[in-house]
Amino acid sequence: MKLSQKITSYPGHEITPEDVKDGKYLDVVYKFEPKYSWAAGVAISRFLADLKEGRIIARKCMNCERILVPPRMYCEKCFRPTDEWVHIKDTGTVNTYSISHVGTDARRLKTPILVAVVDLDGATPGMGILHNLGEIEPSKIKVGMKVKAVWKSSSERQGAITDIRYFKPVGEE
Amino acid sequence: MPLRIGIVGVGHSGFDSMTPGLSTRELMFEAASRAYEDAGIDPRKDVQSFICCTEDFWEGISITDEYMPDQLGAVLRPLCTISSDGIVGLATACMHIMSGIADVAVVESHSKISDVLNPDEISSFALDPIYTHHVNADPRFVAGLEMARYLKETATRREFCAQVAVKNKKNALLNPRGVHGANLDKEAVLNSKVAASPLTELESSKTIDGSIVFVLASAQKAKKLGNHTVWINGIGWSSDTPLIEDRDMARAAYAEQSAARAYKMAGVRNPATYFDLAEVDDTYSYKELQSLEALKLAAKGKAGKMVESGSFDRDGRLPVNASGGSLGVGHMLEATGLHRVLEAVLQLRGQAGRLQIPGAKKAVVQSWRGIPTATGAVAVLGN
Repeated sequence: MKLSQKITSYPGHEITPEDVKDGKYLDVVYKFEPKYSWAAGVAISRFLADLKEGRIIARKCMNCERILVPPRMYCEKCFRPTDEWVHIKDTGTVNTYSISHVGTDARRLKTPILVAVVDLDGATPGMGILHNLGEIEPSKIKVGMKVKAVWKSSSERQGAITDIRYFKPVGEE
Repeated sequence: MPLRIGIVGVGHSGFDSMTPGLSTRELMFEAASRAYEDAGIDPRKDVQSFICCTEDFWEGISITDEYMPDQLGAVLRPLCTISSDGIVGLATACMHIMSGIADVAVVESHSKISDVLNPDEISSFALDPIYTHHVNADPRFVAGLEMARYLKETATRREFCAQVAVKNKKNALLNPRGVHGANLDKEAVLNSKVAASPLTELESSKTIDGSIVFVLASAQKAKKLGNHTVWINGIGWSSDTPLIEDRDMARAAYAEQSAARAYKMAGVRNPATYFDLAEVDDTYSYKELQSLEALKLAAKGKAGKMVESGSFDRDGRLPVNASGGSLGVGHMLEATGLHRVLEAVLQLRGQAGRLQIPGAKKAVVQSWRGIPTATGAVAVLGN
């Protein structure tokens, strides 16, 4: 039973679509259209260029010895410049996940979106990438499961985070 | 007793029309690293309050506050963002220090306007959506309206406004940050294209990218930090009504009130003779004249004549925007106030290079948030 099923009337005056159409309530409609072209910067430009090549690149901080992904030119913990580029693997472990049943327009989705944080192999534990999961039944997803990136073909890749289609499960134990 | 908060570190980056090679965050890291080195502090240990002055629509990210910590060394530290001019951020830092919440506070503001493809859409969107937004023109028409009323009420001659642009653009040629420096004459300024009458294009500042970071400290702590402390002795800020048609268009009333508060705090009785330099709002040429009168650095209606006679030149009685101001250096959105403070601090430290005003000891700085706002702030600085 729906929670609202028992309620027969709500307090106040209900506005009908006709009221709005008849101009009983006035408003002003405007579509705001700002446009941006964000400079990716040193670290993310290299990261995207490497995605185009089908690789994931990170930065290493020699002070705390963490391998940071997504890469950045500064270590936020040590507040110093990071030191070197390190290629890491496109495999990892599901740190956490959520199965989203609601779209951005608040409608129920026919096919749920599988969102996960994947701790990438080769990066410092706890660092990774937020992406989608695929080739898996939602009910089979588990925290701790091993996954691998499924890439677009090299001709399709354009230097974007979506060059990775999704992560799929590997080597089911 | 005057306010006594020390500016113990400054750092800046960018100051270019475009910075395509760096992300906003990388630009900020560069400025912050320099400021912390200048102050001799470790942001991970020595700072109890971080304040950013940004506005979501300029950033192109909503709730942009959340993207500020990493590049300032502020991860898991107290940080807040203020959607106003950088001098309001300095005022907030002063309050955090005076209240005992912080001994050392950091204030950052930046412009990454080169990331914004249609900035006029954003300024225009700041107009009242129901009452004013119907005017489908470059939002500088608001400046045109103010300027026309100012010229009429004060009987200021049109060419005196042009002289502001000539002076500031010329000053900027000596400033390594002076992106829009130029050697022009009044005819060139007056004959440049009309943006919104009577305002011309060369009387409108152009935007640039950059980040500016200040490290502030309590009087006690400042003694142990940095080598060139400049003191904030008074600070004030104020907002007029957002209804454009209900404001006094000829006056910068927000600046009058901000100045009155800052002067009272600093014990400034006769502003016209008190200061060695002033960095004031010159987003548009007439704004400098309006601001000088609001700050009581010129009598009502007399600022234009004084600019014309050279009183506000670099070697004049009171150098005004010796840095080149926004007309000569560039406009930096919410960081514009911090840019003016930066130039004043370098002067009071004796580090202004070829711009240096010999023996500068006292400065007044004033900012305005730009079209269509009527918000401004004033700081009184001393060394």
